[in-house]
Amino acid sequence: MEREREELERTWAHEKGWRRLLMETDHKLIAKRYIVTAFVFFLFGGIEAALMRIQLSRPDNHFLSPDKYNQIFTVHGTTMMFLFAVPIMTALGIYLVPLMIGARDVAYPRLNLYGYWVYLIGGLLLYTGFVLNTGPDAGWFAYVPLSGPGFSPGKRVDIWAQMITFTEISGLVGAIVIIGTVFKMRAPGMTLNRLPLFVWAQLVTSFMIIFAMPAVMLASSFLASDRLIDTHFFNPAEGGDAILYQHLFWFFGHPEVYIIFIPALGFISSIVAAFARTKIFGYTAMVLSLIATGFIGFGLWVHHMFATPIPQMGQSFFTAASMIITIPTGVQIFCWIATLWHGKLNIKTPLLFVFGFFAIFIIGGLTGVMLAAVPLDLQIHDTFFVVAHLHYVLIGGSVFPLFGAFYYWVPKWTGRMLSETLGRWSFALMFIGFNLVFFPMHQLGLSGMPRRVYTYLPESGWGTLNLIASIGAFVLAGGVLAFIVNFLWALRAGAIAGDNPWAADTLEWSVSSPPPPYNFHNVPVVQGRYALWESTPDAPVIRGLSTSKRETLVTSVLDAEPELRFEIPGPSIWPFMVALATGVTFIVGIFTPWAFLVGAILTGAALACWFFADPNYENRPAREHPERSRPVSPPAGLQPKEV
Amino acid sequence: MKQGGGTNRIKLAFVALGATVFLCSCGGGIQSSTNPAGPNAASLSRLWWLMFWVTAAVYVLVMIAVFIAIRKGTRKSDLNPVLNLPPETETSRRNAVLSAVIVTVVILFVFLIYSYSTGRALTADLGQKNGLSIEVTGHQWWWEARYNDVDASNMFTTANEIHIPVGVPVLFTLRGADVIHSFWVPNLAGKKDLIPGKVSTMWLQADKPGVYRGQCAEYCGLQHARMAFWIVAEPQEQFNAWRQNATQGAVPPSTDSQRYGQQVFLSATCVMCHAINGTPAGSNIGPNLTHVGSRNTIAAATLSNTREHLTRWIVDSQQFKPGNRMPANNIGQKELDALVDYLQSLK
Amino acid sequence: MKSYTVTMSEIHPGTTQPAPLQNPSEQQAYDVNQGKQLFTQYNCSGCHFNGGGGIGPPLMDAQWIYGSNPENIYSTIVEGRPNGMPSFRAKIPDSQIWQLVAYVRSMSGQLRKDVAPARSDDMNAHRSEQRIKQETPKQSTPGEIH
Repeated sequence: MEREREELERTWAHEKGWRRLLMETDHKLIAKRYIVTAFVFFLFGGIEAALMRIQLSRPDNHFLSPDKYNQIFTVHGTTMMFLFAVPIMTALGIYLVPLMIGARDVAYPRLNLYGYWVYLIGGLLLYTGFVLNTGPDAGWFAYVPLSGPGFSPGKRVDIWAQMITFTEISGLVGAIVIIGTVFKMRAPGMTLNRLPLFVWAQLVTSFMIIFAMPAVMLASSFLASDRLIDTHFFNPAEGGDAILYQHLFWFFGHPEVYIIFIPALGFISSIVAAFARTKIFGYTAMVLSLIATGFIGFGLWVHHMFATPIPQMGQSFFTAASMIITIPTGVQIFCWIATLWHGKLNIKTPLLFVFGFFAIFIIGGLTGVMLAAVPLDLQIHDTFFVVAHLHYVLIGGSVFPLFGAFYYWVPKWTGRMLSETLGRWSFALMFIGFNLVFFPMHQLGLSGMPRRVYTYLPESGWGTLNLIASIGAFVLAGGVLAFIVNFLWALRAGAIAGDNPWAADTLEWSVSSPPPPYNFHNVPVVQGRYALWESTPDAPVIRGLSTSKRETLVTSVLDAEPELRFEIPGPSIWPFMVALATGVTFIVGIFTPWAFLVGAILTGAALACWFFADPNYENRPAREHPERSRPVSPPAGLQPKEV
Repeated sequence: MKQGGGTNRIKLAFVALGATVFLCSCGGGIQSSTNPAGPNAASLSRLWWLMFWVTAAVYVLVMIAVFIAIRKGTRKSDLNPVLNLPPETETSRRNAVLSAVIVTVVILFVFLIYSYSTGRALTADLGQKNGLSIEVTGHQWWWEARYNDVDASNMFTTANEIHIPVGVPVLFTLRGADVIHSFWVPNLAGKKDLIPGKVSTMWLQADKPGVYRGQCAEYCGLQHARMAFWIVAEPQEQFNAWRQNATQGAVPPSTDSQRYGQQVFLSATCVMCHAINGTPAGSNIGPNLTHVGSRNTIAAATLSNTREHLTRWIVDSQQFKPGNRMPANNIGQKELDALVDYLQSLK
Repeated sequence: MKSYTVTMSEIHPGTTQPAPLQNPSEQQAYDVNQGKQLFTQYNCSGCHFNGGGGIGPPLMDAQWIYGSNPENIYSTIVEGRPNGMPSFRAKIPDSQIWQLVAYVRSMSGQLRKDVAPARSDDMNAHRSEQRIKQETPKQSTPGEIH
């Protein structure tokens, strides 16, 4: 067994140095990179928010010029929605889904790596533009005609439109990876009926990404082509339509917020189960609610367009749908309350963030119901009331669960516990700060303050509430800072976590912290929904997977019966090269349409190399890894178990 | 910090804070939608208050349930996982969740019906309202208003300040000239977008005389923040007098200074963009200035219409509204004084 | 023969020609876009139409009667020219004239592709200035037909 473990360690060992940076495909490494990168973008977005709050703290303030302010609010929204929220949710999935389902890696490790590089290039593109005073300034949604060729001269909006392409490619790649992994690589015994709710949430999100992202790629590509090659998609004078852009954008834009929200529902289910020490009540209802939310989420998009001249009868359909979607989310909340009611609560920081979610997200959901009513929306649309609503649902519904997830899973990722005291401080500061910033905004919206304004008149009377909000922003920032300090301190001096510090139920807690590169020495056989709580001491494991190749077990979709042993592709430089080629195509495409032709050839060539040129891991020259080319025979006397 | 109690204390603090913040600034302000002055805004305000109180009650109930769950859960000390609860517990939980869901559905249904009927009342018989008809065109970053009439000689164009008679429904036809804007007077009605290539219509009515501030509510570029307008609601006779005056051409200059000012206007940069009816100035790129002297504000309701503001606006409007379409103007002091005299005489 | 001087006379002191002026507006996409809007708003299109000319000479071709350098075009707008071009001195501020100058030069493709305006949001009479063929400016005389 010991020798097997050593061989596994060697076979799955990470590359070293620059090869590790560019070529290594271990899903945990890629996910950690995603998480760190997305968190850095979160901090940038937070700085932009702080700058806005300083500008708005007093009427007629001159801290930011209108041009700077417009760039900042555009980049804030774009960063938070495209560069932070979706990638970090996908990242937690990429890290935890293989571990939770008993797999050794994701289904498409190289594609996974490609997704990260494309995402990074897109983020760098946006911020390079921003730093050079060419940041987009037409809002994160970039409505035409304002973002069109006539009213947004220069390359600002082109940078935005092409950045969208990068983040959408990355999102689609992440979704494909997760779907493939969840459907085909579950440990035997983990039927779909036993899938952890976290994994269900990631699965539903991934399907939503696949259906929603193409709409925004169309919107941004049409916009880019209007601006670059004189097409007329959105030019009413030549037969185009400005509202077409809104439909295409919001058909993506509404599911986007559910793409950000549904993984957080998965985090909450995991945290509530572990900290209420009991099963989540109503598993079937919870799963159906996730699927229903994902499905209904595609039928809401016109509620962003209630002020346009779309007939009221049609708009009312979207009112009804926007109200109906409350029901599955409500089912989830009621089931969690029912779970907590009969649980034994271990009040630690992750659970505090879940309580914060309840307090904050429910307000956001209720103001959402108000916004769903067409006539009322006509008063509060495009005011600070909507700013309040969206932050209550996104921060309450996604960021608070995300921080709870950090406190819950950082011990697994790093092997160190975060400080509980600092955790409580960070929660308290974030909770109080958040409400100070955003609660007054409800009132500001009702008092008539529109969105996206760089200043306001003194006689409007909005100064006091704005000042309170600005002060709250710094309290909130303090809470985030406390988390960062906590994390950096814990890396060095946190208590050693051990395998399962929370005595939790999902499979990732059965391996070491941090997990070995191969995740599981022996793939477990799952005996219930709460794998570690419901497994017997003599639970069977899978034996017979090779230790000289990176091998994992592929199982059937519904019942996870073993089908074949699958050799996972190992490290390769080609995902990075294809990402570079993609980058060249779309970045140079900002300036000339010929980039698409040249870029397509480059990308095609790099793809060909990816598919054909790189030998499988096992066939590497023996001089690199001499031990690996020897076959492994099981130790004497140990028989593989029949599963 | 004591475990469960600490959380509860934070929550109570937040609730108290929220209540204070909310209550200390209810209903006031220069353009508040909870301060309705017309039937449109009044029915929306009613819808708002219904939804607010019902959702507040729902929130309080749900949070009470969460508090109770926390209190119950923190009484237990051993933390072994609870895997099998008695069947009565499962049944009672299922019933509780089901009842909560049913209550939710009922509430949503009530909201849906009330919302739909409110909406119908707002858009019903648009064509039959026989009141006033005004065409508003949104420009970057000012409002053009054209008063329609069956008799063409009663039609006129003005900018940024729209007078309407009290108690009469006014039909607005809305167009965007360049980018998407949104016409919004919170005291009187909900908003409607002005989209290039499309025509929107809405109606509103003021039931009390007064001045109601409106503001553009769709991000439209650099000076979206300073694109506001006034709706002045006056009794019918006052409105008729105002309208009568508005259809006339500009008041001819009466003093020497005003005459010189008119000459300055016609020979300097002003004439390239602004129209004054009754003079050769006829450009419609910028706001119509025929009766600018009688307006309460200038620069799309950004500055009050005083001599000081007008002078500084003409010399360098970029100081007040950086990026707006009116350039800075190099005019000598004597010419400037005469020009402002003239403009202020255009009542 | 290209003309570099602003005045109409060939007599000048010294031996060297003055260097042509740089128009900073030609480096800013925002300014060129403003010039494009002003071109219609100030009714330049009333005589020059969408660059093809009509009452006035075309502006998108290679023929320049009074010179194609920025200072020549500036002078044309400020002074006016014989046969119908009005003088806009004191009617259009300098900053806007330079924006118009930049736009006029973009109409024959003289500007960088990333600065020149894209298609207008109106009915399109020709390819956008960023895709228009770049003409090599040539001297012509008034009334010359090519």
